[in-house]
Amino acid sequence: MTELHHQTLAELAAGLKARRFSSVELTRHFLSRIERFNPELNALVTITGEQALAAAAKADQQLAAGAGGPLTGLPIAHKDIFCTDGVLTTCGSKMLSNFVAPYDATIVEKLSQAGVISLGKANMDEFAMGSSNETSFFGPVKNPWDLKKVPGGSSGGSAAVVAARMAPASTGTDTGGSIRQPAALTSLTGIKPTYGRVSRYGMIAFASSLDQAGTLTQSAEDAALLLGAMAGFDPRDSTSVDTPVPDYTATLDQPLAGLKIGLLKEFFEKGLDEANGKLVRDALKVYEAMGAKLVEVSLPNLPLSVPTYYVVAPAECSSNLSRFDGVRFGYRCEKPVDLLDLYKRSRGEGFGAEVKRRIMTGTYVLSAGYYDAYYLKAQKIRRLIANDFERAFGEVDVLIGPTSPTPAFDIGAKVDDPITMYLNDIYTIGANLAGLPAMSIPCGFLGGLPVGLQIIGPHFGEAKLLNVAHRYQRETQWHREIPQAYR
Amino acid sequence: MSLTRKDVENIAHLARLAITDAEMPEYVDRLSKILNLVEQLDAADTASVEPMAHPLKDQVQRMRVDEVVDSDRHEKYQRNAAKVEAGLYLVPKVIE
Repeated sequence: MTELHHQTLAELAAGLKARRFSSVELTRHFLSRIERFNPELNALVTITGEQALAAAAKADQQLAAGAGGPLTGLPIAHKDIFCTDGVLTTCGSKMLSNFVAPYDATIVEKLSQAGVISLGKANMDEFAMGSSNETSFFGPVKNPWDLKKVPGGSSGGSAAVVAARMAPASTGTDTGGSIRQPAALTSLTGIKPTYGRVSRYGMIAFASSLDQAGTLTQSAEDAALLLGAMAGFDPRDSTSVDTPVPDYTATLDQPLAGLKIGLLKEFFEKGLDEANGKLVRDALKVYEAMGAKLVEVSLPNLPLSVPTYYVVAPAECSSNLSRFDGVRFGYRCEKPVDLLDLYKRSRGEGFGAEVKRRIMTGTYVLSAGYYDAYYLKAQKIRRLIANDFERAFGEVDVLIGPTSPTPAFDIGAKVDDPITMYLNDIYTIGANLAGLPAMSIPCGFLGGLPVGLQIIGPHFGEAKLLNVAHRYQRETQWHREIPQAYR
Repeated sequence: MSLTRKDVENIAHLARLAITDAEMPEYVDRLSKILNLVEQLDAADTASVEPMAHPLKDQVQRMRVDEVVDSDRHEKYQRNAAKVEAGLYLVPKVIE
C-alpha cells in the first residue's frame, strides 16, 4: 500500500470507503508525523490529538454503517484564524494567546458536519499580516523544502503542515495573497475563492472587504472536494453571497481546447525573476499543447495595486482591531492606572510591531483631513483596477501568470524592511481588490525551491479555475513532489 | 512624505497604542516609508471615478428582521475576560 501521507484527500477518501484503513489509523498516522516533525517546523501552534481521535472513531462508525459523505474521516489542519469552540484560537498574536473560542467558525462547523477531523491549529503571521510567517507571536514557521527559508505567509503554518505531509490538506485565508503565496513557496495547490463565496463568520477579521477563506491542498481535485464543503451562503456573514455552489468535482476533467488564456503584460515586466518567469512560460506551453490559446492583455492600473492595498487594508484593519481593548477578551496589561492606560498598554503590549504599523497607517489614512487624499483615492483606484480585470475577462476565460516574484527567501532577509516585504504580494493583491477567485499551483523548481503558477478567473469562476488547474496536473507531476526529509 | 515624531505620537494616541520612547524612531521611519509607497496613488487620474466600497457589483447590505436569534451565553463568553464580577466586566474606575 502507498504510504498514507503520500496520498491525496481523494485517494484517502477512496481508501476509507473501501475500508483499506480506518479513520483512526489515518488520524494516528498524521498525529505521529506531527509529533515527529512539528518541533522543527513550528507549523502548528495547537495540536488537538484527543479530540481528533474521538472524531475519527465517530467517523469510523459512520463509515462502517455505510453512511457518511465524501469527506468523512479525513483529517486536516485549520489556520489559527478560525474560531474553534473550546480550543485555543490565537491568530498568531500575544493578544489572543489565552483566547479559547466560545463558538465554531462557519467553515469549521461545516467541515466538522461533513465528517472532517481537525488535527490542530496552524501557525500564521500575526492577525494574517505578513508574507513570511515571521510576524507570529509563536515564532517563524520553517519551509519544509529548506529550513532556512520562509514558507510564505500569512498562511505559512497551513502550508508547511501540508508540504511536510503532517496533514493531507489545510484551511487558510487570503487578504492579499496569504493562501496563494505560501502555496507557491511550498509546492501546494492553493485557492482563494470569490469574495463572499465562503463565510467569514468566526474568521478573525483583518480587512473585511478583502478577506476570504480557502484551502491549501496537494491537488486541484482535493481543492474541489474541500471547497465544495466549505462554500455557500451563510446568514451570519452579511457579505456572504446567496448563489448556489456547483459540484466543483464534476467539471474537473473538461477539455481545454479553445480556452483563452490571458497573459498579463504587467506581470511579466519588471520585478519578476527571469528563471521564475521561464517556468511560468513552460507551463503556458503545456496549456498550448492542450489546445488553449494565449492572448496578451494589459491591465494598466494593476501596478497601483500594492499602494492601493496598503491604504485599504490598514484602514480596515485599524477599525477591525479596535475591538481588542483588554476588557472583554484577550490580553490585559498589568496594573492599569486608568481606562486609557488599560487600552493603550494592553494594545501596545499585546500587538506585535507589524500589526501596530498597520493599525497606525490605517488610523492615519482615515483621520480628519487625510481621508479624501488617501482612503477615498484608494477606493477610486480600486475601482479602476477592478474595471481593468472586468475588461480582460471580456476577452479571455482566465488570466495566468506568476504567483510570487521569487521562490522562498531566507528567514530574516526582509523582516526589517516592510516595503520589500509588501512587494512580495505584487501579483496576488489585484485579485483581492477586485474580489476575484484565484489559485496557485506548482509549476517547477528553482535551485530546489518550488515555484507557483497563478490562475485568476472571473467572479464565481472557481469551477473553471479548478478545471484549468486539474488538467495541468494530469499532464505534469510537480504537485506530487514531496520534500526529501518528509517522504 | 515624512512624518515627525509628534505626528506618530498623535497617531499612536488616536489608535490607543502605547509606544515606548525606544520604539518611536523606528515607527517614525517605517510609517514614513509606507506613506511614501502609498503616494504613488497621487499620479492616477480619478476625477470621475466612483469609489468602490464592495468588491462585487450590485451588492447591498443585507438586512434581517430584528428578532432575538441567539441565546444568552454570557457566562461562556466572559470566561475569556481578564476581570469579571457578578456578570460585569471590570475596568479601572472611570468616574470619580
